[in-house]
Amino acid sequence: MIEIKNLHATVDGKEILKGVDLTIRPGEVHAIMGPNGAGKSTMSYVLAGRDGYEVTEGSVTYYGKDLLAMEPEERAAEGVFLAFQYPVEIPGVGNTTFLKTAINAIRKHRGEKELDAMQFLKLIREKTKALGMSDEMLKRAVNVGFSGGEKKRNETLQMAVLEPKFAILDETDSGLDIDALKIVAEGVNALRSPERSMLVITHYQRLLDYIVPDHVHVLAAGRIVKSGGKELALELEKNGYRDFGASEAA
Amino acid sequence: MTANHSPLHPMTYSTRGADPATAPAFLAPLDEVGAGLPGSGLSWLTDLRAAGRERFAAVGLPTIRNESWRYTNLRDLAKTSFQPAAPAAAVIDFLPTVRAEGQDGPRLVFVDGRFRADLSSVEGLPPGVELLSIAAALNSHTDLLADHIGRLAAADDRPLVALNSAYLADGPVLHVPAGVQVERPIELVFVSVGSESQATSCHPRTLLIAEAGSKAVVVEHHVGRGAGTTLANHVTEVFVGEGATLHHYKSQRDGGGAIHLSHIAATVATGGCYDNFILTTGAKLSRNEVVSRLDGTDARTHVSGGYLVRGTQHADTTTLIVHAQPNGTSREVYKGVIDDTARAVFQGKITVCPGAQKTDGYQLNRALLLSDGAEIDSKPELEIHADDVKCSHGCTAGELDDDALFYLRARGIDRDTAQGLLIGAFLSESLEEIAEESIRDAFQGIVAGWLEEQK
Repeated sequence: MIEIKNLHATVDGKEILKGVDLTIRPGEVHAIMGPNGAGKSTMSYVLAGRDGYEVTEGSVTYYGKDLLAMEPEERAAEGVFLAFQYPVEIPGVGNTTFLKTAINAIRKHRGEKELDAMQFLKLIREKTKALGMSDEMLKRAVNVGFSGGEKKRNETLQMAVLEPKFAILDETDSGLDIDALKIVAEGVNALRSPERSMLVITHYQRLLDYIVPDHVHVLAAGRIVKSGGKELALELEKNGYRDFGASEAA
Repeated sequence: MTANHSPLHPMTYSTRGADPATAPAFLAPLDEVGAGLPGSGLSWLTDLRAAGRERFAAVGLPTIRNESWRYTNLRDLAKTSFQPAAPAAAVIDFLPTVRAEGQDGPRLVFVDGRFRADLSSVEGLPPGVELLSIAAALNSHTDLLADHIGRLAAADDRPLVALNSAYLADGPVLHVPAGVQVERPIELVFVSVGSESQATSCHPRTLLIAEAGSKAVVVEHHVGRGAGTTLANHVTEVFVGEGATLHHYKSQRDGGGAIHLSHIAATVATGGCYDNFILTTGAKLSRNEVVSRLDGTDARTHVSGGYLVRGTQHADTTTLIVHAQPNGTSREVYKGVIDDTARAVFQGKITVCPGAQKTDGYQLNRALLLSDGAEIDSKPELEIHADDVKCSHGCTAGELDDDALFYLRARGIDRDTAQGLLIGAFLSESLEEIAEESIRDAFQGIVAGWLEEQK
C-alpha cells in the first residue's frame, strides 16, 4: 500500500505540490488528471526520487517503508517504476546492456539469482514479441533514434521486464497516435494484477478509455481537489478544467 | 660509417621559454655513464649524442613561457635529482598483453629502458621482419639505424628529444620489409621499476619502419612496478612507406610515481596510412606528443585516443598533423574523462601546407569533467595555406548528463554503475577509432578496469 500524506514539494524554491493526500492499495489503478502546471509531473518525479525536487512537508509510506528516504535506485529495486513522459536518449549505451544491467540490479536487490545471457535473451524475446517490438530496437542505443511510439513501447517493455509493484505512468499518451496508444495500453493492461498498483498521470481522458482506472483524481494548483470513479474522467472531458480554477490551455 | 641523418624536416626551435639552468643536473650523469653507452665506436652515433647534449645544455627543460608548454609545467622535474636507471634484473612476474590467454606472439620487453631478452620473444614473425633492440642492432643493423635515427625527431627542434639523443642507448626497432604483412600484433612492453630511494630516468628510442606495401600492428604497453619516482623520456620515429599501413596503439598505465614524456614523429609516404591511438590512464604527469606528417599524396593518418585521469594526475596530449601533399586525409578523435582535481591538456594542430589541395582534416576533442576541481585546457588550431581543403575541428567540455543518470537510476542501476555506463558510452566514440577488434576489446577492458578502480 502507498500512502501519500500532506505532500509538499518545491522546485527551484517554488512550491509546486501543496499538500497532496492519496492512498493506493495493491491492485488499484488510480488516474491523476489535471491542467498543465498543476504539478502532475512534479508528483511523478518526487515519487521516483529525482534530484532537485525537494519535499518540504509530508510523507510517502510505501509498504510500511519511508519512500522519501530512499535513493532512486533503491525505490526501483523496491518495485517503484516511473514510465517517463520523455524517455531519455542515451547514446553509446545499448538497449540490451541497459535492460540486462537494470534487471540484474533489481534481481540482486531482491535476493534473486542474476540472469545469464541466455536466460535474459529468452525473457526479452518473449516480452518484445508481446509488445510488437523488433529485435533491431534492442540493438540500438537506449531510445536513440526511436520514434515517440517506440520510446513509449520501450518504457512498457522495461516495465514488463522489471515487474514493479507500483508503476507511475507519466503522460504515457503524449506523442502517440491511436495505434501506438492501443499497443502501449494493451501492454500496460497485461501487467494489471492484484499485487500491482498503478498511478496513471494524464492531461487527457483519451488514455483512460484504454487503461480504465478504478479511481480518478483531479490535481489542480498542487492539491487533489476532487476524487471519484472513472466517470469523473468523462465529466472532465466534457467540462474541462475550468471548474478547478485553471485555464484550458493545452 | 657515414650515413645520411640530416633531418627530413628541419625546424627551428625557439630557445625562448626554455631554461638552460636546468640542464646541468640532467646532463651530469652522462660524464659517468656516457662512455659505457653501446655503439661508442660509431661516429654518427657519437655525433648524434654530442649534438643532443650540446643542444640540451644550451636550452634546458621547456618552461611554461614556451607556448607549446603553457599548460604543462615541468618545474617539479627540474627540482628532482634523477639518476640514470641501472640495468634492471628485477623479477617481472606479469606482463600486460592484448592477446587471449595462452596465445603468444612477438614481444619485446624493456625494463627501465633496457632490453630484457629473457622476457622477449620474436617467434612467429614472417621471414625478413626484424624486431630487436637498438643495443643489439648497433652491432648487427648499423646501416638501418644510421639511416633512420634522428631523421624525424630532430634534436634542434625539441629539448626533450635532444636529451633523449644525448642518452640514446636502447629501445625497440621494428623493420617490416616491402610487401610483408604482419598479421599478429607486435607488442612492445615498457616496465618502469625504478628505485624507492632514488628518482631514476631512462630515455628509450623506438624505431618503427614499415616499407612500401607492408602492414603491421604495434601495441605499446607502459606499466609501472614499484613506488619510486621514474622518468621515462621516450622518442619514437615512425616511417610509413608507400602504400604501407602501420597501426600503432599505445596504452600508458604507468604507476603513480611515474613521469611519462613521449614524442612520436611519423612520416607517411604516398598512399600510406599511419594509425595512432593512445590511451592514457597512468602516471602522475604525462605528455604525449604526436607529430604525423603526410609527406606523400593520398596519404592518411588517424591520431586518436582517450585520457582518463583522477586524483592529481596531469595528462597532456599535444598533436600536430601536417598535410604536406595533396589528397591527404587526417582524422583525430580524442575523448577525455577528468575527475577530482586532475588536469588534462589537449593541443591539437592541423597544418595544411601550400599546395596540399583536397586535404580532408577532421579533429574532435571532447572532455567530460566529473568534479568541480577537474580541469581541461583545450587548444585546437588550424593553419591552412591551401584554398581547396576541407578541415573541421570541434572542442567541448561538459559534465555527465543528469537526465540520463536519473533515468538509469530510476531503473534500479546504482549511481556508480550508472556513471560507469555513461562514461563508457562517452569514451566509446574514440575507442571505436581502433580498427583492430581484439585491441579495441583489450583497451575497453583497460577502461573498464579504470572505472572499477573508482568505486
